[in-house]
Amino acid sequence: MRSDRGQSAPLGLKIAAACGLLFLHLPILLIFVYAFTTEEKSFVWPPPGLTTQWFAVTWNRPDVWEALSLSIRVAAISTAIALVLGTLCAAAVSQTRFFGRETISLLVILPIALPGIITGIALRSAFALADIPFSFWTIVLGHATFCVVVVYNNAVARFRRTSGSMIEASMDLGADGFQTFRYVVLPNFATALLAGGMLAFALSFDEVIVTTFTAGQQQTVPIWMLEELIRPRQRPVTNVVAMVVVLVTLLPILFAYYLTRDSDQIAGSGK
Amino acid sequence: MTIAALNSKSVPAILPGSGGLRGVLSDLFWRQPRLLLFLMLLPPLLWLGIVYIGSLIALLLQSFFSIDEFSGLINREFTLKTYGDLFQAANLDIILRTVTMAALVTLASAIIAFPIAYYAARYARGRWKALFYLGVMLPLWSSYLVKIYAWKLILAKEGILTWLFGKLGLLWLLDGWLSLPIVGGNSLSVSFTGTFIVFVYVWLPFMILPVQAALERVPGNLVEASSDLGASPGQTFHNVLFPLALPGIVAGSIFTFSLTLGDYIIPQIIGTSRLFIGQAVYSQQGTAGNIPLAAAFTVVPIVIMGFYLWGAKRMGAFDAL
Repeated sequence: MRSDRGQSAPLGLKIAAACGLLFLHLPILLIFVYAFTTEEKSFVWPPPGLTTQWFAVTWNRPDVWEALSLSIRVAAISTAIALVLGTLCAAAVSQTRFFGRETISLLVILPIALPGIITGIALRSAFALADIPFSFWTIVLGHATFCVVVVYNNAVARFRRTSGSMIEASMDLGADGFQTFRYVVLPNFATALLAGGMLAFALSFDEVIVTTFTAGQQQTVPIWMLEELIRPRQRPVTNVVAMVVVLVTLLPILFAYYLTRDSDQIAGSGK
Repeated sequence: MTIAALNSKSVPAILPGSGGLRGVLSDLFWRQPRLLLFLMLLPPLLWLGIVYIGSLIALLLQSFFSIDEFSGLINREFTLKTYGDLFQAANLDIILRTVTMAALVTLASAIIAFPIAYYAARYARGRWKALFYLGVMLPLWSSYLVKIYAWKLILAKEGILTWLFGKLGLLWLLDGWLSLPIVGGNSLSVSFTGTFIVFVYVWLPFMILPVQAALERVPGNLVEASSDLGASPGQTFHNVLFPLALPGIVAGSIFTFSLTLGDYIIPQIIGTSRLFIGQAVYSQQGTAGNIPLAAAFTVVPIVIMGFYLWGAKRMGAFDAL
């Protein structure tokens, strides 16, 4: 028990914490204002006027839709692969002890711990050496590799909380391995896997550093945005897309938080 | 023996095996847990081993190749020439610049993160705790490029920050800062100051989470005992809180340091034309086509992070992750 219940914080600490949180959130909120600006050529503040016409313009841009479709397909397939690989790995690592167990956790975390540019250039040079042309699948290959860790983290945390005696009880009551998996293990893990899957989807949807090396000429949404940042064509359209991207990534995060909020782990740690 | 007893008819509770391939497999996995373990580990290990480790090794091997300066072709013979090129003055400049930036970003993140983490760990309860958690989580998971884009809007010459300084009558301060050598520039979005702010902004949540986790474990009565014994708040911070939070800060610094070392997009979009390691790797492998030198460049952050992780492990930072 803590003895500090009900005590209030010093004013200086409150102000510093509030300023820190504002620093984290105001820039993102600013995106929402800029999506409505009438100014086309510059980033002038305050906006000279407000309009919703750029939403219609963006809606009619085929390149935006193509990028969005590619991003969603890549994220869906990478998430599916990561779910299978991450869960298998988490099950093996947390249910049994064996030689090299620590090495396997390190191996899973490595694609996230090393800077993305290293993963990216390593994959690219491997594709070059093996004469693999860039395609949808080269993007998926990169994304699935670093999405595994998110699923793995969530699954490992859930395994830690689930006691092995439930599985033993199921076996004692006559269920075979597959029945135990279907009726005992899976229901217990559904929310952890869903949360891991949501985060993996958000991670893949947003990834740009590895993707620049594995996409070739294809454009995912982040690559499209990067192009616009380096060589701006129509700034208001970029503003609208940026706002939509914020909203699209917000929902899976909130949902993942909702699914894991009662557990002892942090759903997003180790992004 | 128990097995004999179980098999005899006096124990009717035992069900017959489910039979078929499924039953056989189920029994096999039960008797041979190692086989199941092997089958479970095989797909992830094959994937990570071949796709990831395989590519990494291929990359590192290429750093021992060299490029023919006249034809631009890669000479596939073992040589240390590329590493010699890496230690030219211009490249050492890039490495030094990147490491300095990473250190400054880490320091600033730690300073900004501490009050947030401390408030969330010690004072926030219930609804506020959830709010703080989401308040850190949402920016962490928001799109990386959108965050950079937001700062492009903020730091632009005609943007909100210049406007704010103008309203406060502080434009002279901004102009004075921008006219300084090294940190200054034409506007904030093309200066090292801008690069620094964006780095701190983007990696800050990675620092808050482990520091908060470390502070959660500090019992509140420890802080009270310290003040009961006559320590000023400053002394309590210096002698009690800070040493206990240090593993968390080191854990967070692994992220802020490593991510800054490898990033090439932030300094490209907001910054000067002087390169960072990530940009050097990108331009060497792309426009210059010098894969060996790019590979040698990637070894630099790997080695730095190797030492960093080794030091962090000795400080007990991994328990705070």
